[in-house]
Amino acid sequence: MNFNVNSSFLYIIAVCVIIFVLAQSVFFLVRAYRRGKQLGMSSAKLRKTIFSTSIFTIAPAISILLGVVTLSKFLGIPLPWIRMSVIGALTYELPAAKSAASAIGVSMAETITDPSVYTTVAWVMTLGILPSIILPPILMKKIKGGMLKIKSKDEKWGEIFMTSLFLGMISAFLGVVFADVRQGLVGFIPLFVLLVSAAIMGICGLLIKKFNLKWLETYALSISMVGALVFAVLITPVIVG
Amino acid sequence: MNDYLKKTDMYGKIWIWTAALVVIMVPVAVCVAYNAWPPITAVLKGLLGVAPMFWTVGVIEVITYTPMLGTGGTYLAFVTGNLTSIKAPAALNAMENLGIKADSEEGEVISTLAIATSSIVTTLVIVIGVCLLTLISPILNSPTLQPAFNNILPALFGGLGVVYISKNWKLAIVPLIFMIVLFLLVPSLADAVGVLVPVGIIVTLAAGRTMYKKGWI
Repeated sequence: MNFNVNSSFLYIIAVCVIIFVLAQSVFFLVRAYRRGKQLGMSSAKLRKTIFSTSIFTIAPAISILLGVVTLSKFLGIPLPWIRMSVIGALTYELPAAKSAASAIGVSMAETITDPSVYTTVAWVMTLGILPSIILPPILMKKIKGGMLKIKSKDEKWGEIFMTSLFLGMISAFLGVVFADVRQGLVGFIPLFVLLVSAAIMGICGLLIKKFNLKWLETYALSISMVGALVFAVLITPVIVG
Repeated sequence: MNDYLKKTDMYGKIWIWTAALVVIMVPVAVCVAYNAWPPITAVLKGLLGVAPMFWTVGVIEVITYTPMLGTGGTYLAFVTGNLTSIKAPAALNAMENLGIKADSEEGEVISTLAIATSSIVTTLVIVIGVCLLTLISPILNSPTLQPAFNNILPALFGGLGVVYISKNWKLAIVPLIFMIVLFLLVPSLADAVGVLVPVGIIVTLAAGRTMYKKGWI
């Protein structure tokens, strides 16, 4: 078989992997939906979760698509497509491909023509991310047991513990926008975007409370995110000049 | 553990181990089809550049996200990936919207529902994108839109953060100040923000424990 980064064979593999991912997602979606109904949660509540999550996911998903496009110049479409759909994230796949490329001394600006170069990159990208898929089933029991122990000892502290996990994550991603501020006004752009998103969310929250606009809850995060992204597109040329 | 959670754990394990096999079979199939096994030294050299960092992040992510996402959500999110940019925020936002706690069974259901939905939507967006690539590639690569793609995380965490911080502002003060000072002093840490999530959690827990003992929260 002649090698080509966009061969039908590679596309068939990609389609098989995508079908597997979709099957797993649908399996868990249906089980959770049925369990929600058994627990007495209304169909409206469950559908609201599905709908608002769908809307919210579109913008970040497009940025992932951009990752597929970026890597496609070097690796073709199928491999980045697979990697971005299973376990992967752009923050990992790009450095992994770069590391593999530099290990074999090829440039990422040119499409791979040698199959052994391609398989080297594929193996590095796969093995580098493997712990993320192997560890959850191994550690699940211990982590769940630990959480249960904390909660049963002191319920109030258990709640604070849980909130601390969320806040710890959020504070890291909020703090990171300050990383570039010493570069001058350009470095403030992520901070401005974050503040605009927070402000839009705040306004949505006020509208929901003051005018009882319950429907807005479904879209609030999507509106604040898209609003902030539009702001980023408008403000960047003004600041960069 | 009730029957639903036990079965979720069992099914989750079956799916995730199958997924591990599927992931490994991809490069194996390519190697066999093209009779092109890579030199082991090249793979090891390439791995050396990413494994120390990403294996550590992998361990950290499993420990930190599992309690937040629940059993079903964890098994699904770690297979479908894009944890910090989509799956975790989707789960948090869905639970917050309904006022449900993550450690309740309702939380387990809603988190799984949100993660499954976002996995399906992400996969479909990429499928559509790949099918229409020649059409949309110029749009995705247009310099006008680059600032939007560069700022996905601030746009996402600004909205999510304001909800959580306003509800838990006392608990949020210390980790926020800590992270802001840390990134101001060492900007290069921005590349390793994933590693700093557990640091943020430890700081929040330490501050929270002190405030709890003193009766401030």
